[in-house]
Amino acid sequence: MSFFFGLLLVGFVQGCLYALIALGYTLVFGILQFINFAHSDVVMLGAWFAWKYAQWMGVSFSVISIGTSLGILGLSVLSCAAVGFTIERLAYRPLRHAPRINILITAIGVSLFLENFTQLPYVFGSRDKAMPQLLDVYAGFDVGGVRVQYFQIITVVFAFALMALLSLLVYRTRLGRAMRAISFDTRTASLMGIPTGRVIAYTFVLGSALAAAAGILTGVAFGSLSQPSSTSWIRFGLKAFICAVVGGIGSIEGAVAGGLLIGITEQLAGGYISSSYADAIVFGVLILVLMVRPSGIFGVTMREKV
Amino acid sequence: MTGTLKGLLPIAIGIAILFVFQAVGGPSMFGAYQEDALLVIGINIVLGLSLNIVNGFTGQFSIGHAGFMALGAYAGGAITYYGAIKLWGSYPPELPPGTGDLLFVVALVCAGLVAAGAGYLVGLPSLRLRGDYLAIVTLGFAEIIRIIITQTEPVLSKQEVSQHSTLSLFKYLGGKSIFDRIPRVTNFFWVYSVVLIVIVVCYRLKQSTHGRAMLSVRENEIAAEAMGVHTTRFKVRAFVMAAFFAGVAGGLYAMKLGNLDANRFDFQRSFESIVMVVLGGMGSISGVCLAAVLVTYAPYLLRDVGLDQYRMVIYSLSLVVLMVVRPQGLFGMHEAWTVFAGEAGRRRWQSFIGTPKRWYLGVRAYARKVVGT
Amino acid sequence: MVRSRSSVQVLVGVLSLTLSAALATTSAGCDKLRGKKKKPAPSASPSASASPSPTPGGEGGTILIGEFGSMTGAEASFGESTHKGIELALEHINAKGGVLGKQLKLKSYDDAGNPEQATAVVTKLVTDDKVTAILGEVASNLSIAGGQVAQDSGTPMISPSSTNVQVTKDRDHVFRVCFIDPFQGFAMAKFTTETLKHTKAAILRDQTQSYSQGLADAFKDAYVKMGGSIVADESYSKGDKNFNSQLSKIKAAKPEVIFLPGYYSDVATIAKQARQLGLKLPLLGGDGWDSPELFQIGGQALDNTYFSNHYSHEEPRDAVKVFVGDFQKKFGIIPDGLAALGYDAAMLLADAMRRAGSTDKKAIRDAIASTKDFPGVTGTITIDAERNSQKPAVILKIEGGKASYVASVAPTP
Repeated sequence: MSFFFGLLLVGFVQGCLYALIALGYTLVFGILQFINFAHSDVVMLGAWFAWKYAQWMGVSFSVISIGTSLGILGLSVLSCAAVGFTIERLAYRPLRHAPRINILITAIGVSLFLENFTQLPYVFGSRDKAMPQLLDVYAGFDVGGVRVQYFQIITVVFAFALMALLSLLVYRTRLGRAMRAISFDTRTASLMGIPTGRVIAYTFVLGSALAAAAGILTGVAFGSLSQPSSTSWIRFGLKAFICAVVGGIGSIEGAVAGGLLIGITEQLAGGYISSSYADAIVFGVLILVLMVRPSGIFGVTMREKV
Repeated sequence: MTGTLKGLLPIAIGIAILFVFQAVGGPSMFGAYQEDALLVIGINIVLGLSLNIVNGFTGQFSIGHAGFMALGAYAGGAITYYGAIKLWGSYPPELPPGTGDLLFVVALVCAGLVAAGAGYLVGLPSLRLRGDYLAIVTLGFAEIIRIIITQTEPVLSKQEVSQHSTLSLFKYLGGKSIFDRIPRVTNFFWVYSVVLIVIVVCYRLKQSTHGRAMLSVRENEIAAEAMGVHTTRFKVRAFVMAAFFAGVAGGLYAMKLGNLDANRFDFQRSFESIVMVVLGGMGSISGVCLAAVLVTYAPYLLRDVGLDQYRMVIYSLSLVVLMVVRPQGLFGMHEAWTVFAGEAGRRRWQSFIGTPKRWYLGVRAYARKVVGT
Repeated sequence: MVRSRSSVQVLVGVLSLTLSAALATTSAGCDKLRGKKKKPAPSASPSASASPSPTPGGEGGTILIGEFGSMTGAEASFGESTHKGIELALEHINAKGGVLGKQLKLKSYDDAGNPEQATAVVTKLVTDDKVTAILGEVASNLSIAGGQVAQDSGTPMISPSSTNVQVTKDRDHVFRVCFIDPFQGFAMAKFTTETLKHTKAAILRDQTQSYSQGLADAFKDAYVKMGGSIVADESYSKGDKNFNSQLSKIKAAKPEVIFLPGYYSDVATIAKQARQLGLKLPLLGGDGWDSPELFQIGGQALDNTYFSNHYSHEEPRDAVKVFVGDFQKKFGIIPDGLAALGYDAAMLLADAMRRAGSTDKKAIRDAIASTKDFPGVTGTITIDAERNSQKPAVILKIEGGKASYVASVAPTP
């Protein structure tokens, strides 16, 4: 039984990380209806910025103070928010009225650029590096044979706090209402006086900040940073995107539910069925869910009208 | 009858010319390096054009094209490798003279058929799914195909083959490591014969009632349905055709390179094909061909000028710039020859290349979009 | 109906035309290929190769050597390390007057970790740059892709660090200076059963890397033959970060050691998670572990782990001291195994050229094939009949964030 709960716990923590990234996909998709393929690169940047700042501050690889940790986290999140803003301005905004597939290709271009540019020797370099330990990953306690690490609790609490903040923002503020209005109908929203351009920019900033947080948490949890153009980041982003789709893209609850579902499925599939087919099983779950509910679990089926 | 002839005549003539060209040793005049580039370009043209049937003509968004290519590559590779051993007892790549191509044709067709079968299976979900949901499902299928291939046992040697039945050989595709020693039969003649066939098929398709039906699905699915187009049937057909040619491209690829690594068929390769289709202009055959040439040849060119290290940075930036400058792709949905024909063509050509004034206006418009709120 | 039948006829006609065309082309094409490919069986005597062919590679005072590697893309760090090793070797060779009175010049291309590009760049090296010999690739699939071109063009190629068996198999122009996976697996299995005296092992392999698969299988075979048993065999995919489900399963199987045939960052992450799960047992691995980042990522989790490697930069041999010293002076970092192998590959090539006494490709090939007891940084190298190098593996133990030399396992046939 402790085997099962062990898998469940790790799956849950992993699911929270997926959910944080899935929220970025879902926010952008909800408003602009396009898959932001560069999102996983913002996750990567978040983690690598944290690494770079830690280097500059001369942080060693042993555990460091909470203040410094939060400082690095904050700086990195801000930097990623700025990157998200810039990407939106330079690459997506000029294509606002172009077909969606063009924005998609642009997103692929941006993604390739971020990966290959940051991989250059004078930026981050092409070696996998150690993530500075912002948390002690070994400290923890046992509950009925299941080892619970403090960092897992911190990750979950942090992730849920961010998600709660986000849903407050989306459902309780003027900005959130504007975002929802745009996602409902962009043209009408702009006719009603909503500054669509600005709101879209905010959306990117928000999504990127969440991505950065997820990137840093992932880096800390696993202790290693794959090099910028490693498939690790893309696959991580892809899984998160799958979570968003399974949950119903465009829906915040969906992103969280999808994240947890995929995170736990992945662990259980690896533990009980076969680790070689764990990824295939995740994709299988995706296909099955979409067969039963073509718009995901929480997705709203839109009847297309002529 | 005349219709069929009209379709087949260019293929026959083209193949005859290619044959003569190959026979007199034409391809070698490019030099081995350029010839290699030409082969890769040809294979990518086939790949791009096949995806164009789904993404360009039918407007369905598939991002799992690499999966079909992988199936074709492994099916084709397995058939020539094991076929050569079973039929002639020869250890690849040493084949008895003349036999390679016979087997090659069989292998290519089988590669296409295997992929087409998978295409049918993947096409079925398009009955229910739309847009990005379909996209992610195609990607899921492609990844599942790749993962299953990676689980196959190492390739058997000549001695081991005799101990296994023909059917069980498909367990030994070398997915775990590398499928090596596939006879390298692909040459200029074969690649460009296939390119020719695919171009003619696509062109004829675009003009035919089938093609028109596909285009109508792309333009407006509900209106198409109302006009009596069986939309799901055409979507599935498009998937099957695209998968078939992707499989053939995979076969060509396997027998060009001589070895396969399943992990080379991941979603990044699917993205490469999508880039060709969108860059060329969704649905434009000549556009996709040109885009395939540009995308494939760019690394060769950048290598020659010594910008190896910045190759991908330049590629990615030009992708963004091209999408901003020409959102409709190189030729839009038109063909090269209609784009630049007549008076309208002259104007289009001008807008294509532009004038300094146009460039300035374009940059200013871009800057305004970036700065404005 | 008529229409469809006639179309079938036309189709058949065209197909038969195509086929006959095909047949003719192949026989022509095949013969051409054969002409190029038919080489006399590899003979160990360099004397048999006095064919007066135009001297390829460089004019006047230089000999041009080609290198292909992954300088960009996901495997860029491998290419960089190897390239530095080769650069240093050429500097050493040229400082001592070069080879045959000529300076060696390196022409290197990036293949971006892509087999198609590997084929293209080796073709370019051979046909456009007309290099005398080729050094290249770490990843086995790229060495195979490039090696095939080198083979077809009759250019000798030395792979510094592709350990997969298939790389040199049936390619009599392709050599390597590293040991092969079966030997490395054997060395680790032997060390586990004889020195550590553990007979129950678990394996956690990277199913997307042929290197990892090959090494895992080799270890499994050797270990079972030596009387050990594999209690769990799990896998992950390149880029995975969460190994909890696999490690939980391994933990439940109660092994005495875990064999991790992966690359450093994955391995270090696995080690951490294994320790978090309370798995305190020894972890074992191969040359993919070798990297300074391993210790930074893994930290204390790496205590009580062992891995086999090509060399240790702490070995007290003179060759190692000179190499490590000069490397640090030039690049400011401690060279890893890949750099050492790149260095050895270039050195061995230069040595073979000297022994061949000419820059004729055939003569160089034969000279490389007959290499015996070449004193390299990574040990004494003898090229065997399979064009692999016979040399000992070093086993290192990690304790307190440092790898130290434990034992050497000599190659036994």
